Amino acid sequence: MSKLKGWKELVPGGIITEAGNARQYKTGDWRTERPKVDKEKCINCFFCWAYCPDGSVIVDADKGIMVSFDYDHCKGCGICASICPAKAIDMIPER
Amino acid sequence: MELKTRVLGLNGNAAVAYAMRQINPDVVAAYPITPQTDCVERFAEYVSAGLVDTEFVTVESEHSAMSACIGAAAAGGRVMTATAANGLALMWEMLYIAASLRLPIVMMVTNRALSGNINIHCDHSDTMGARDAGWIQLFSENAQEAYDNIIQAVRIAEDLNVRLPVMVTQDGFIISHAVERVEVLDDELVQNFVGPYKPVYPLLDLAHPVTYGPLDLFDYYFEHKRSQIEAIDNSFPIIKKVGEEFGKMTGRAYDLLETYKLEGAEYAVVALGSTCGTAKEAVNVLRERGKKVGLLKIRCFRPFPRKEIAAALLPLKGVAVLDRSVSFGGFGGPVFTEIRSALYDAPSRPLMMDFFYGLGGRDIYPEDIEKALQTIESVVQKGTVEEHIGYLGLRE
Repeated sequence: MSKLKGWKELVPGGIITEAGNARQYKTGDWRTERPKVDKEKCINCFFCWAYCPDGSVIVDADKGIMVSFDYDHCKGCGICASICPAKAIDMIPER
Repeated sequence: MELKTRVLGLNGNAAVAYAMRQINPDVVAAYPITPQTDCVERFAEYVSAGLVDTEFVTVESEHSAMSACIGAAAAGGRVMTATAANGLALMWEMLYIAASLRLPIVMMVTNRALSGNINIHCDHSDTMGARDAGWIQLFSENAQEAYDNIIQAVRIAEDLNVRLPVMVTQDGFIISHAVERVEVLDDELVQNFVGPYKPVYPLLDLAHPVTYGPLDLFDYYFEHKRSQIEAIDNSFPIIKKVGEEFGKMTGRAYDLLETYKLEGAEYAVVALGSTCGTAKEAVNVLRERGKKVGLLKIRCFRPFPRKEIAAALLPLKGVAVLDRSVSFGGFGGPVFTEIRSALYDAPSRPLMMDFFYGLGGRDIYPEDIEKALQTIESVVQKGTVEEHIGYLGLRE
């Protein structure tokens, strides 16, 4: 996240005037475990992409492959690992 | 413009309803509660007679009333409501949200004692309980002031340097239900005075979508509170400016405070609301007896005009503060505590006592106020305050 603003720079009332700016709030630092995909096992079914509550699974739709994770926003909830039918995702403790 | 006025016999509730009709707000969401009911009923009659364009939302509670007001104000409407006592207490959570979102809602509060036990009569426990919610609070001495204050409140709330909700109070039954001579302005004058409403960040501006009330944690909440402190402090000059402008139009100018015979006084009583009228009578009687006494009336309690109050009271020898609500376990009532604090930095200060009075609608008489002034005079003669708290009109 960019430098935090001082109180004089804020929009009165804490109103957000920019649509879709939740992207700027990097929730990745909430994570205690990070998902790691084993591409040898991955069958590119996109279940992880469909179930991820934070839209943090990166896929290449044209090539039809699951690529990796957006670690800036992935909160480490582990839904992708539990839903993966190929057991290709492990949750690794963050240090 | 030529000043067109009419003199009507109105009680405080009717005077406020009359002003609300003239203001013609976009939305009113309200729930009835004694002694405010009469005001909202009269406004509902204006709605049913087609005299206003207002969307009148009948809700199932005061919590919902304030919630609907917040939604309507965020959508971009000019919004008003009214309540009293336990109704205001039920709005508690939403009061803070209205102020935090900087929504210029105007609300009339008919002051009534909070339960328990159940009481419908006047004291200031309701409004004082809401004093930290971030609303501007204007007290009225009589029905005329309630009418005048509600019109000014619209301008104050909507000023771009302020953008905060305003509570205008009148003492339950004493003002709200007593018919008085009220000079009302021509509808057009009121419309011109409040002017057209220009919403800021309206939700219904679909070309510029905004979000109200997002999660605001340890990284920004504190900064938002700081800017709210600035906003309410910014309202001091606006309240004064609007009061002067109203005075130019009507001959009835308003300030943060009103002083009555304080010039050359040695002792003063400080009060809010209808008791100021009673206090003026007591001051007149004592002045005739050669006593150098006066009154400081606080019209604007939030923001608290600390500098002006200090300037008015510091030349005095003794001050009797009247509190119509209790801060249980506190050092005196809310008015006393803040006034003492406002004088702290002065090298020499008047001696000061707090007098609780009027709880649950107990009448206060000029003799009670004379007693308070006599008590503070004898304290000054002794040179020390032995007991800071006194009671007026209480049976031992």
